[in-house]
Amino acid sequence: MDALDLARWQFGITTVYHFFFVPITIGLSLLVAIMQTQWMRTRNPQWLRLTKFFGKLFTINFALGLVTGIVQEFQFGMNWSDYSRFVGDIFGAPLAIEALLAFFLESTFLGLWIFGWGRIPEKLHASFMWLVHVGTVLSAYFILAANSFMQNPVGYWINPDTGRAELTDFLAVMTNPVQLVTFPHVVAAAYMTGAAFVLAFALWHLWRRQTPGGDLPMYRKAARLGAWALLIAGVAVVGTGDVQGKIMTEVQPMKMAAAEGLYEDVPEGEGAPFSIITVGTLDGTEEVWAVTVPKLLSYLATGSLEGAVEGIDHIQERYEQTYAGSELTEVEDYRPLIPVTYWSFRLMMGLGFAGMAVGAAVLWRLRGRDGEEDRLTSRWWGWAGALVLFMPLLANSFGWIFTEMGRQPWLVMGLMTTQTGVSPGTTTGEVLTSMVVFTLLYGALAVVEVALILRYGRAGAEEVPEDASYDPQDRSDDDAYVFSY
Amino acid sequence: MELTTVWFILIAVLWVGYFVLEGFDYGVGTLLPVLGRDETDAGTDTDAVRHTGETRRRQMLSSIGPFWDGNEVWLLTAGGATFAAFPHWYATLFSGFYLPLLLILVALIVRGIGLEYRGKVDSRTWRARMDAMIVVGSFLPALLWGVAFTNIVVGVPIDQDMEYVGGFFNLLNPLALLGGLVTLTLFVTHGALFVALKTDGRLRHDARALGLKVGVVSAALAVVWLGLVHARTGDLVSWTAAGLAAAAFVGALVMAWRGREGWAFAGTFGAIALATVSLFLALFPDVMPSSLDPAWSLTVENASSSQKTLGIMTVVAVIFTPIVLLYQSWTYWTFRKRISGHHIPTDVHPAAATEETRAALAGER
Ligand code: HDD
Ligand code: HEM
Ligand code: HEM
Repeated sequence: MDALDLARWQFGITTVYHFFFVPITIGLSLLVAIMQTQWMRTRNPQWLRLTKFFGKLFTINFALGLVTGIVQEFQFGMNWSDYSRFVGDIFGAPLAIEALLAFFLESTFLGLWIFGWGRIPEKLHASFMWLVHVGTVLSAYFILAANSFMQNPVGYWINPDTGRAELTDFLAVMTNPVQLVTFPHVVAAAYMTGAAFVLAFALWHLWRRQTPGGDLPMYRKAARLGAWALLIAGVAVVGTGDVQGKIMTEVQPMKMAAAEGLYEDVPEGEGAPFSIITVGTLDGTEEVWAVTVPKLLSYLATGSLEGAVEGIDHIQERYEQTYAGSELTEVEDYRPLIPVTYWSFRLMMGLGFAGMAVGAAVLWRLRGRDGEEDRLTSRWWGWAGALVLFMPLLANSFGWIFTEMGRQPWLVMGLMTTQTGVSPGTTTGEVLTSMVVFTLLYGALAVVEVALILRYGRAGAEEVPEDASYDPQDRSDDDAYVFSY
Repeated sequence: MELTTVWFILIAVLWVGYFVLEGFDYGVGTLLPVLGRDETDAGTDTDAVRHTGETRRRQMLSSIGPFWDGNEVWLLTAGGATFAAFPHWYATLFSGFYLPLLLILVALIVRGIGLEYRGKVDSRTWRARMDAMIVVGSFLPALLWGVAFTNIVVGVPIDQDMEYVGGFFNLLNPLALLGGLVTLTLFVTHGALFVALKTDGRLRHDARALGLKVGVVSAALAVVWLGLVHARTGDLVSWTAAGLAAAAFVGALVMAWRGREGWAFAGTFGAIALATVSLFLALFPDVMPSSLDPAWSLTVENASSSQKTLGIMTVVAVIFTPIVLLYQSWTYWTFRKRISGHHIPTDVHPAAATEETRAALAGER
């Protein structure tokens, strides 16, 4: 392994890890804001209890999203300095704007929300979680604009004097066609994740025998909210994903061909099939057994059942001709790792559909019932509760692995290969050190975080006093800090 | 004014913001085992001893609780803005100062986790571990940023391709280590005065006394360090700023001695700001001078982004920086009250409870 491989592993590990917490933060901030708004509107203490319960879990999760994000901010300079020099003129701006617009908003108003119970007029306090949510969505917008530039560079020219990519049209970068579908897809996928989080804990409490009977209606409310949000967001994810596939085929035909492992061109009129599952030789070049849906790949790639799809071999040939001769763009092999793209694409979709199926089953099971007797005692519901969270969560990871590894060997599509972006001055020892340190630290943090989430999740929603009020005029100034450290 | 100059100034402002704000919460974190130590004169009852120490620690942590994350974003913004406005600066600095930066990142991670998770489990061992993480995580950046900035300002080996070629130990030269001690002691003083300003009871007075003591040491170190740095690269303007910083710091100590906590804190605030400004003044128009050949230095010109990018970023910064300042100040206003021992709740969240909690409750009854 050299510094390049290590830098790639490090980026993959730290980024995928960061993205475990991010979708939960984006999705859960919305749902907690909705719960708190419901409490303001209905004054039903169940909503207050749910707000506090999921709010606590939210802060536990947020802490890790926050600290792992700090690493992301500096990683480009540490391991990818040639990349930073080459695209900094375009790529740096969204990152800086993200910090200025989004991170300040999130961190300041989350602080106000956590410490503000009883110190700030109620309505204002409830608006803070909404502001946190706006911050997370802004954050996603700008970072995805930066990522979309790497998938499909627009709004730039290569300045011959400086030899780097420079901005010509900022608006074009911010409204990159890839960005316009990626952003809704990612945000909707995050909503699925937040919804699955709420659903998971609600199901678990509906299933557990120790849950006090009086709490069942409350958890049913949460389960319904989570299940509905999961389904609605799921429809949005599938819809935007469909559009994304077509745009991707236009800007990165290799990725779509690699998603199916399609080596030979399928001409117009034939309709390329899509395999749900394939058993093949290990390198994926030969098929042994497969379940396929006719013409589906043509539809995913072009929107027409008969559309032509270009195969890997042909694209490889084309790229060899187009990109030869420049140090930044010439490599031998323009193919990504086919087994990875193939399986990650299917796992993304499959796990997403599985999550939606759980959501639908919950709504079906709970329809019309509000009785005390209605516990979900069967073992299956226990498993559903435990697994449903991981379905959209891992679907997100696989989606990113597909997107990023499917782009390889490009770092910036068509402009710069990954091997040319790495820091020339950093040594293998340095990168190895940082990779080992981050991996061990992240591993340890994962253990602590999961333990805490389970601890607080298991304890369930705290009781609140009958006359619960969090308006400051009802409190004396000398009251304790409700949520202090 | 040239846009490159505007951005040099803006980045200086972001670093000033980071040091004056996060400076005090690093100080508070570092002082946790000192100001928050378990009292020995609370009698022989060990539980009471531990109890007073724990209350003090929670007072200290609650005083920075709503702020520290927002303060940290000044660093993230400084990083992002450097990337956007001076990509070569960003690339050379962070790939060159690789291991110190790694240490800082690790510190910030463990510190954030310590702060957020400390109250989540009610057990002595748990809290002791989280406290250790907070202390180390506050101490290291406070020290290392001084080391890093001294190196940036006086220059490091940079070759003709803008790559840092000095290795790790080159960064640990005596002047840079002195710079580290200066930022560490400055932030500790700043943090102590913040605790004096934001808490009440014995803690307040102990903090003020300690701030005064550390402040005197810090002042002596800072004068030597600023003198050496500006003697090497400074000019009249940067000397003036350094002089004003020293004056503000002396003023802060006098105010602390006279018991005027607000003015004392304002004094260290101003001193840290002015000292940072003096460094940036000494740096300009370089952003990372090369110690090998001045022609290889990174400057505001050769390290910058295009005019187009700088123009757009200027518009964004001019609109949003005041908004951020406004709502951040409002947070400080909202939580302006001093925190005394009786503000710290004694009840324990059911999920945080442990065997220990139950034993303690049984003991009380
Ligand atoms: C809950 C998570 C989730 C679910 C259920 C889906 N996706 Fe997805 N998908 C993502 C989460 C995600 C993601 C992690 O958010 C990605 C990675 C980058 C991106 O834009 O979104 C992604 C990327 C991504 C890409 C790659 C875009 C590119 O590289 O330019 C395509 C073509 C699709 N998705 C299409 C779909 C389709 C057709 C789906 C359903 C039938 C689907 N996704 C379900
Ligand atoms: C703005 C956002 C992002 C940028 C700028 C970015 C950039 C990069 C870079 C520089 C690499 C290293 C080159 C490589 O090894 O392939 C990479 C790889 C990778 N990234 Fe992204 N990425 C972004 C978002 C994400 C997210 C959110 C995820 C997932 C959660 C992700 C997952 C990966 C993975 C799995 C790899 C490893 C691929 C490989 O090594 O082949 N990326 N990305
Ligand atoms: C690889 C590029 C990335 C960088 C440099 C980055 C940087 C950061 C930083 C510095 C933070 C901490 C902010 C704070 O102090 O509050 C953070 C958190 C966050 N990031 Fe990332 N991030 C990256 C990838 C992504 C992606 C792809 C998304 C969304 C699609 C995203 C969304 C968020 C959100 C919503 C938060 C706040 C929530 C939380 O802390 O969990 N990030 N990120």
